[in-house]
Amino acid sequence: MAQAITDKDGVKRYLITLNVNGDAHTLLVKGNAILTNVLREQLDLTGTKKGCELGDCGSCTVLLDGKPVDSCLVLAIEADGREITTIEGVMENGRLDAIQESMINHAAVQCGYCTPGMVLSAKALLTRNPNPSEQEVREAISGNLCRCTGYVHIVEAVMATAQGRLTPDDH
Amino acid sequence: MSDNHKVIGRSVPRIDGPEKVTGAAKYTGDLKFPNMLYGKILTSPHAHARILSIDTSAAERLPGVKAVITHKDVPTLKYGLSPARWDESIFCSDKVRFVGDKVAAVACLDEDTCYRALKLIKVEYEVLPAALDFLHAMDEGQPQVHEEYARNINTEIHQEFGDVEKALAEAHHVRTDTFVGQRTYQSPIEPHSAISMWDGEKLTIYSSTQSPHYFQHYIAREFDMPMGDVRIIKPYLGGGFGGKLEPTGLEFAGAVLAKLTGRPVRTFYDRAEMFAHNRGRHAQYMEITTGVDKDGKILAAKANFIMDGGAYTSLGIASAYYAGALLPLTYEFDNYQFDMFRVYTNLPACGAQRGHGAPQPKYAFESHLDNVAADLGIDPMDIRIINARRPNTVTPNDFRVNSCKIKECLERVRVMSGWDEKKKNLPHGRGIGVATGSFVTGAGYPIYRTDLPHAAAFIKVCEDGTAATLYTGSVDIGQGSDTVLCQMAAEAMGYRYEQMKIVAADTEITPLDFGAYASRQTYMSGAAVKQAGEEVKRQILDMASSMLGLPADDLDCGDGMIFSKSRGGKSLTFEEVARKHFVLRGPLLGRGSYTPPKLGGSFKGAAVGTSPAYSFGAQVGEVAIDEETGEISVVGIWDVHDCGKVINPRLLHGQVHGALYMGMGEAVWEEVLFDDKGRIKNAELANYRLLTAVDMPPITSEVVDSYEPSGPWGVKEVGEGATNPTLGMFSNAIFDAMGVRVNSLPLSYEKVWRALKEKREREEAAQREQDARREAQGRRADAQRETDPALPPLYANPA
Repeated sequence: MAQAITDKDGVKRYLITLNVNGDAHTLLVKGNAILTNVLREQLDLTGTKKGCELGDCGSCTVLLDGKPVDSCLVLAIEADGREITTIEGVMENGRLDAIQESMINHAAVQCGYCTPGMVLSAKALLTRNPNPSEQEVREAISGNLCRCTGYVHIVEAVMATAQGRLTPDDH
Repeated sequence: MSDNHKVIGRSVPRIDGPEKVTGAAKYTGDLKFPNMLYGKILTSPHAHARILSIDTSAAERLPGVKAVITHKDVPTLKYGLSPARWDESIFCSDKVRFVGDKVAAVACLDEDTCYRALKLIKVEYEVLPAALDFLHAMDEGQPQVHEEYARNINTEIHQEFGDVEKALAEAHHVRTDTFVGQRTYQSPIEPHSAISMWDGEKLTIYSSTQSPHYFQHYIAREFDMPMGDVRIIKPYLGGGFGGKLEPTGLEFAGAVLAKLTGRPVRTFYDRAEMFAHNRGRHAQYMEITTGVDKDGKILAAKANFIMDGGAYTSLGIASAYYAGALLPLTYEFDNYQFDMFRVYTNLPACGAQRGHGAPQPKYAFESHLDNVAADLGIDPMDIRIINARRPNTVTPNDFRVNSCKIKECLERVRVMSGWDEKKKNLPHGRGIGVATGSFVTGAGYPIYRTDLPHAAAFIKVCEDGTAATLYTGSVDIGQGSDTVLCQMAAEAMGYRYEQMKIVAADTEITPLDFGAYASRQTYMSGAAVKQAGEEVKRQILDMASSMLGLPADDLDCGDGMIFSKSRGGKSLTFEEVARKHFVLRGPLLGRGSYTPPKLGGSFKGAAVGTSPAYSFGAQVGEVAIDEETGEISVVGIWDVHDCGKVINPRLLHGQVHGALYMGMGEAVWEEVLFDDKGRIKNAELANYRLLTAVDMPPITSEVVDSYEPSGPWGVKEVGEGATNPTLGMFSNAIFDAMGVRVNSLPLSYEKVWRALKEKREREEAAQREQDARREAQGRRADAQRETDPALPPLYANPA
């Protein structure tokens, strides 16, 4: 259990360490602070979006020890000491990840608000299953609501990534 | 119609793609400013109540609270989006009119303190009876939502074109059907937010808005400021679909809170507050009558509608007119009558949702047309082709249609979907339906009366020519206008897309544009951008002419190279010519603007629905129905759109997919539900059923080769049109599968199941009746035989 500190008004805060995108951050958080807010407000990692705060929309998706979770349903203290990947940590050495490149080339991005969550859910899928069926892709992103695309180009982009075709023929 | 375009017509990647896939893109709610406060609005828990007192003292004493405001602290001038009915106040003073109406606001050091402060504001209410059922809101003795609007009538429309009664009297077949549409909500994934700050007398607001210009106009009006002192900036925007078109309490209250505290204030809605602010699609009662000749040709149509406006007008006057105005577009007929009441109720206000006003009437009309086709024994596809509008025609309500390929869309979708084969061979429980749609390419007239151009643009070429920046007031809400307009700018300049930059939607930096609504930007903003690009190109060719010693009219510029059209030979790069221009002649700039021509007739309401061009489209959908449960599985959807010249095919099809997705949700799954106190029962995304990736069927989207003569390079609408056929298409596919018509939206599993149950019961009752008749007949025959034994046995013993 994380060390607790109580302020003069009796409010307890916990000293936690979040390993975010390979960086360790030591933070003081309230017991009820959700991971989304700590990432956004304390670490300025605003690529993790807030859409509903109820675990319905998936725009706050991050990878917790490699698994996609709605960060609005995770307390920051639950993530103490664990590995977190946010959308800001997907690029490596200044290069876009294959799924990111494919999403751009397939026009799978419109307003972009669901995109970070979509990228992370898709990336988690492709890591555990490099050759998913279309149904598996749809299931993997079914917790990420998109109001713009009807998912058509998103599914296409994920399938194409698995098949190593980052650029569509009509490009 | 030259096809040697270098930049347009290509699926170039979005200009904002890298920022959006890496999480670098900043939306309004992602922005932070030094010393910033958090602001929240207190809303009414009652649908209709008189405010007796408001006590803010306890909230003011809470540590961390920096300001508490009520109606006493803000301008009392009423506002709204429709100038004919300004009926909203920043805060309610006398009474609240829906659950969610604005009462007070706080600015605090953090979000948690805001919620504690809101709880400490004591509002004493006298609860009043509420008008919750729009079909009875006009009745005598109903609660009055606004005292000044008798019988809760917000908008009343009576239009007649041609001679409807005569045409109906002469028709071979006349039929009337009634339908009801439900309230839906746009549900963009990004919640609304605004950050307001003052610098002396100047107000700056970062806002998740679809139209910085209208915000600037209305905020300046409310605070009695010159427009030049109001700066509205739209950062990245996470979807709008009509729901972010008008100023909200966030901007008005935020501006006052920021003024009082002298600090930037971020105000925002959560998901439930978004639903309460609403401005979604109106629930609507629709009665349609048509008269047709023996071939199914429509001779006259009557539309008699009532709309649930909710507590305020929003953009609802336009919604009411649109509901009828757009109906005569896809099919040709001369006689048309449209009657409408938009009524006030004690529910959240409705406004413009994708396909503004058109999708539900289209659902009603397309369902009705299939009923007519069934009455006459005509194939639903054929009755639409028989009635399809031709190009260069005028609708009965005076809309001029230039390009129109609705017939080609129907013929193509017939082939793509395998219509004829399926119509013959699909088993019971499987069905196929068709419907059409049409939509404006931008509104012919602005929302408030002004003679300002609808769009304007600048292009600034970098001094060494290696980049050009497009400055436009247009608003990318996700549809991709920044990308498409940069393609258009590069094409007009003879430049490369990859070297374009864009600055958009900042009223202080970018030139006027009315923003993202009515599917207007590719056409209207595009026209301004094309003009600006051509002005740059003229200057480039003129400079190159003196550099090469060749006449300017012999030169052309494409893909960043300047060359002689007649002799080939030495060419110059855009960069070297642009640089020389800057050195010798000063900054290289282009300017453009667009004003639509005068459009439409002179009757009351003639302006709504006018547009310089109309898109057309046809959709076919195939469904499978589970007879036991009413569950609808969608086998496939085929869409063919007539949208003029395509600037970016991938982005265009993305618009069709999205519009169709929204229509599909509205057709079967989505509905804002209220309890008997006017409270929303499903103000969240689990029970307001947005479709997920697993719910979506295969979608095939195609365009017909089309060119709109009035548009830049021949473009017209795409963003909303594909929502319009979808609801009716589902209704018709279900009808085809099961022989039952569900007359209200959404066409939920339960309603399909009930319709099937009723059909079964009807059939069983008919069977029982028939059996009883036969039995009685048999008894009579037996009796007869006894008296007349010569009667042949066939009659005596019916099978």
